[in-house]
Amino acid sequence: MDLEIQQRVIDLTSKFGAENMIVMLGGAEAEASGLSAETVCAGDPTFAGPLAGIALGLGVYHVVESEVKNEFDPAVYDEQCGMMEMVLDIDSIIGEVKTVRDEYSKYNK
Amino acid sequence: MSLLEGKKVIAIGDRDGIPGPAIEACAKSAGAEVVFASTECFV
Repeated sequence: MDLEIQQRVIDLTSKFGAENMIVMLGGAEAEASGLSAETVCAGDPTFAGPLAGIALGLGVYHVVESEVKNEFDPAVYDEQCGMMEMVLDIDSIIGEVKTVRDEYSKYNK
Repeated sequence: MSLLEGKKVIAIGDRDGIPGPAIEACAKSAGAEVVFASTECFV
């Protein structure tokens, strides 16, 4: 994950509190989405960025997961994500992000 | 109980997947406040 984004995640989490935060991903493929999810839950697995060794335990979801998708206005979701949902490998993405969330998220899961 | 309503959301989009502003629009439609949205490029 972009190092600048990692720092923003740290700053915003200390400002609002981890229990009030949810990270939503839009990654195109499963492995990258899983890595991003792991970064905001368990710390940067590549040890390259500010989140190295920092396990924030944030709730993290990919935008296509039913847990969050069911709460969106369906018309907005269709317009913004409907097309991409058809071409992405949704099942692998969900499997990857959910595995990370189940293991490392402490809040909002 | 709603998962997203009243929560602060960080949207991390992907240029080749779903971009930040699209996630932001969806999260807002569920009553969440988007505090940061970006679109990453993995190329």
